[in-house]
Amino acid sequence: MTTTPARGDAVAALELRDVEKSFGSVVALRSGSIEVHAGSIHALIGENGAGKSTLVKIVAGLYQRDAGVFRLGGVEVDFKSTAESKAAGVAVIYQEPTLFPDLSVTENVFMGRQPVGRFGRIDRKAMRAEVGSLFGRLGVAIDPDRPAEGLSIADQQVIEIAKAVSLDAKVLIMDEPTAALSGVEVDRLFQIARSLRDEGRALVFISHRFDEVFDLCDTVTVMRDGAYIATTAIADTSVDELVTQMVGREVTDLFPKQETVIGAPLLEVDGLNSAGVFHDITFTVRSGEIVGLAGLVGAGRSEVARAIFGVDAYDSGSVRLQGDAVPAKNPSEAMRRGLALVPEDRRKQGLVLEASVAGNVTLTIRNQLAKAGLITSGFENRAAQVWASRLEVKANALSTLAGTLSGGNQQKVVLGKWLATEPTVLIIDEPTRGIDVGTKAEVHRLLSELAGRGMGILMISSELPEVLGMADRVLVMREGRITAEIDRADATSENVMFAATHAEGAHS
Amino acid sequence: MTATTTTVAATRTYRDYDRPLWQRLFLTREMAIIGLLVIVSVIAALSVRGFSQPITLTFLLLDVMPILLIALPMTLIIITGEIDLSVASIVGLASVLTGVLIQAGVPFEVAALLAIVAGAIGGAINGFLVTVVGLPSLAVTIGTLALYRGLAIGLLGTTAVTDFPDFWTDLAKARMGNTNIPLVLFLFLALLVVFVVLLHFTPFGRGIYAIGRSSEAARFSGVRVERTKLILFVLAGTVSALAGVYYTLRYGSARGDNATGLELQVIAAVLLGGVSIFGGRGAIHGVIAGVLLIGVLASALRLANVTSDVINIITGVLLVLSVVSSSFLAWLRKRRRAPGGTPRVEASTAG
Repeated sequence: MTTTPARGDAVAALELRDVEKSFGSVVALRSGSIEVHAGSIHALIGENGAGKSTLVKIVAGLYQRDAGVFRLGGVEVDFKSTAESKAAGVAVIYQEPTLFPDLSVTENVFMGRQPVGRFGRIDRKAMRAEVGSLFGRLGVAIDPDRPAEGLSIADQQVIEIAKAVSLDAKVLIMDEPTAALSGVEVDRLFQIARSLRDEGRALVFISHRFDEVFDLCDTVTVMRDGAYIATTAIADTSVDELVTQMVGREVTDLFPKQETVIGAPLLEVDGLNSAGVFHDITFTVRSGEIVGLAGLVGAGRSEVARAIFGVDAYDSGSVRLQGDAVPAKNPSEAMRRGLALVPEDRRKQGLVLEASVAGNVTLTIRNQLAKAGLITSGFENRAAQVWASRLEVKANALSTLAGTLSGGNQQKVVLGKWLATEPTVLIIDEPTRGIDVGTKAEVHRLLSELAGRGMGILMISSELPEVLGMADRVLVMREGRITAEIDRADATSENVMFAATHAEGAHS
Repeated sequence: MTATTTTVAATRTYRDYDRPLWQRLFLTREMAIIGLLVIVSVIAALSVRGFSQPITLTFLLLDVMPILLIALPMTLIIITGEIDLSVASIVGLASVLTGVLIQAGVPFEVAALLAIVAGAIGGAINGFLVTVVGLPSLAVTIGTLALYRGLAIGLLGTTAVTDFPDFWTDLAKARMGNTNIPLVLFLFLALLVVFVVLLHFTPFGRGIYAIGRSSEAARFSGVRVERTKLILFVLAGTVSALAGVYYTLRYGSARGDNATGLELQVIAAVLLGGVSIFGGRGAIHGVIAGVLLIGVLASALRLANVTSDVINIITGVLLVLSVVSSSFLAWLRKRRRAPGGTPRVEASTAG
C-alpha cells in the first residue's frame, strides 16, 4: 500500500531547520536542516565532518541542539535522552549494532520491554509469536531462538530494524548501514527498507556510496562543513552534481605548504597486509615531503598508521626507515628508530589526560632525560618548558593537567611530545580535527616548517582542503586499498573524492 | 596566531606548578593519612595504657612487617590498575617450602633462597596469565590465591615445621644493640629505598603511572605495558616470598595456613594510603602511613582489650570511608570545575 502524500502541504515526519550544535569552541553543526516525509527514503550525504553524525545524534536524543527547530510529525520536540526519542517513534540503526550476544534473537528484540504474562513472568510465547510475524512481514529468515552471538553484522542490523518496527518507529535512520555488508546482504536490506517505506514510514539513509543512494533513495540532502547545502529529488540530480555540492567550497590559501627540496626516501612501506583491514599498502615518504593520505572514515587509513608504528600487528609486508627494517608490533622500538605517531584519538591515544603537560610531553623521552637511570620532575619541567613555549601551548603551568586544556592546546602537547623525540618521519592522523581555526593554521605552518627541515611527514586527513593545501602527493584509500596516487599539481577535490568513493580509481 | 613571527617566536616561560609549594606538600591525600596516623598515635599513647612503651612499638613493627614489605610492590601493581590477590598464598607457600626443605636436610640459607625463587616464579605465572594470555588480574590472582595456598597445605598437610636454626629465628626478632629498633627494619628500609626510587625517580616508574592513567595512551607513547606489568608481578611474588621467610622465622613455624587473609590487609592499607583502586594515583609515603595506621589501631585496640572482631570492623569502616571520601572529593572538584554542561562525548567519528 503505497501512500505518497503530496509534498509541500503535507506535514513532514521529521523536520530540522537551522539546527546548531557546538562543543566548547568547536562548532559541529552550524545550520543543519532536513525534511523527511512519510513513505519516502531520504539520503543524507556529505564529507567526513560535514555534520551528519551530529545531526543524527540530535535526532536520536544523544545530543541536545543549541538552537534551531526540531519537529517530529509537525510537533516541536526536545529530546533529553535516547529513551525519549525512542518513545516518540525515532529509531537509529548504527553501522555496528550493539546486541546482547548471550541472549536470543527474540530476547534482543524485546530487550527492556518484555511482554509480561501471569504472575509477572515474561511471556515467552507472546514474544516468539510476535517476532515470528515480524520476521515474516520483513521477509527475514533468522532463527528467533538462536543467540545473537555469531550473527553477521547484516543480520544484527536486521534485528535492530525489527526492534524498531516492533516499537512502531515512524522515523528510521540508518547510519552507513551498508559499510560492512556484502552485495547480497545489501540487496536484502534494501528490500526491507522499501517495504518499510511502502508501509508509510520515513527513512533516512546515510551512505558514502552513490550507487546505493541512486538505487534506493527518493530524495537527497547534501551537507558540508556543518551546514545544509541542498535537497534534490534523486531523479533530478547526478553523481557529478552531488560531488560538487559535497566538496564545492571556494579554494582558500589557508594551508600553504612551503616549497621544499624533496630528498631521499625515508619511510618505505611495502606490501603491508592485514586480513580484513587493509591490503597491499605500498608507498614511500621522502625527506622534506608531506604525503597526504585521504579517504573516507573507515577506509583503513588509521589502521595502516597504527600498523606502521607497531601498535597493531600486520600479517605480511615490511616497513623500512632509512633502509633499515622497523620491527613489527613494537612501538618503543619504532620510536627509538625515529618514527613518531600523532594518533587519531587525542583524548584516548594521544594524551594521558590525568597527567600534567610536563608529564605528557616527557613521556616519550623519559629514558633520554634520565641521568644514571634516574629522572626527577626538575628534568621533566626543563624539557617540557622548551616544547610548551616553542609550540605556544596555552596552559597555566607545566603542572596543568592535559585533560583540562582546549582541543587545540591538547594537540600541541601531543605534537610536542612527539617532536621532542626528534623523529625522522612523523605520521600524523587528523592533525587538526576538532581544533579552532587559529590553532589549525599554526599546526599547518609547523608541519610545513618541519618538512622544510627535512622531516618526512605522512598526514592522514579527512579534510580535503587540508590535504590539497598541505600535501606534496596525495594517496587515496578506499576500503583498505590505495586506489589512487595523485601529484599535488593534479589533485582536485573532485578526483580525490572520486577515488575515495569509486572502485574504478581516479580519473585525474 | 596573531603575529606571524618566524622561527624564533616570542617564547613565554611557564611556571612549573600552578599551586604554591605548601599546598602541593600538605594538601594531599597522603598528608591527610599521615596526619590521621599522628592523631591516632597520640590519642593511643595518652589513653591506652602500655601503648607508649617502646616494646609496644617494637612488636608493632614486627607484626606489620610482612604487610609493610608486600605493600611496596602491591602499590606499584595497583597504580598500573591491576591487583594481586595471591600474595598471602605466596607467603604461605614460601613458608612451607622453607620448612619442607629444612626437613629434607637442606641448609636454611639455601632453603630460604629456593623459597624466594619459587615466589618469583609464582609471580611470573600471575604476570604471564595477565599480560601474555590477557586475562584480568582479579580473576587470575583469585585463581592462584587458591592454587598456591592449596600447594602449601598439600605439601605439609596440617603439620608444622618448627625446627629452624636459632641464629635465624633470633635474628628475625633481634633489636639493634640496646635500642628497641628491630633489625628487620633495615631490610625494610633497604627495600623502601629501592621501591621509592623505582616508582618516583625512574623512567620505569613514569611508565607505571602512565599505564594506570591510560594504558592505551601509554602504549601509543612507547611504554612497554605488558613488560612493565610482568616485572611488577614478579617483584610482588619475590617480596611476598621474602615476607614468607620472615614470617616463618618470626613465629618459628612453617605452616600451610600461615598469613591466610593477609592480602586483604595489604590491599586495605595500600588503598587507605591514598592509592586509587582505578590506578594512576598514589605515592609510597602514603602507603607506609596507611600500613602503620592499621597497625597502630590494631595494636592500641588490642591493648585496650578490644576483641579482634571489633578491630576488623573498625579497620573496615576506615577503609570504606577513605574510598568514599576520595570519590566524594573528586565529585566536589568536578562540580566546582564545570558548572555548565561540558560535553560528555566528543564526536569520535564525525560524519
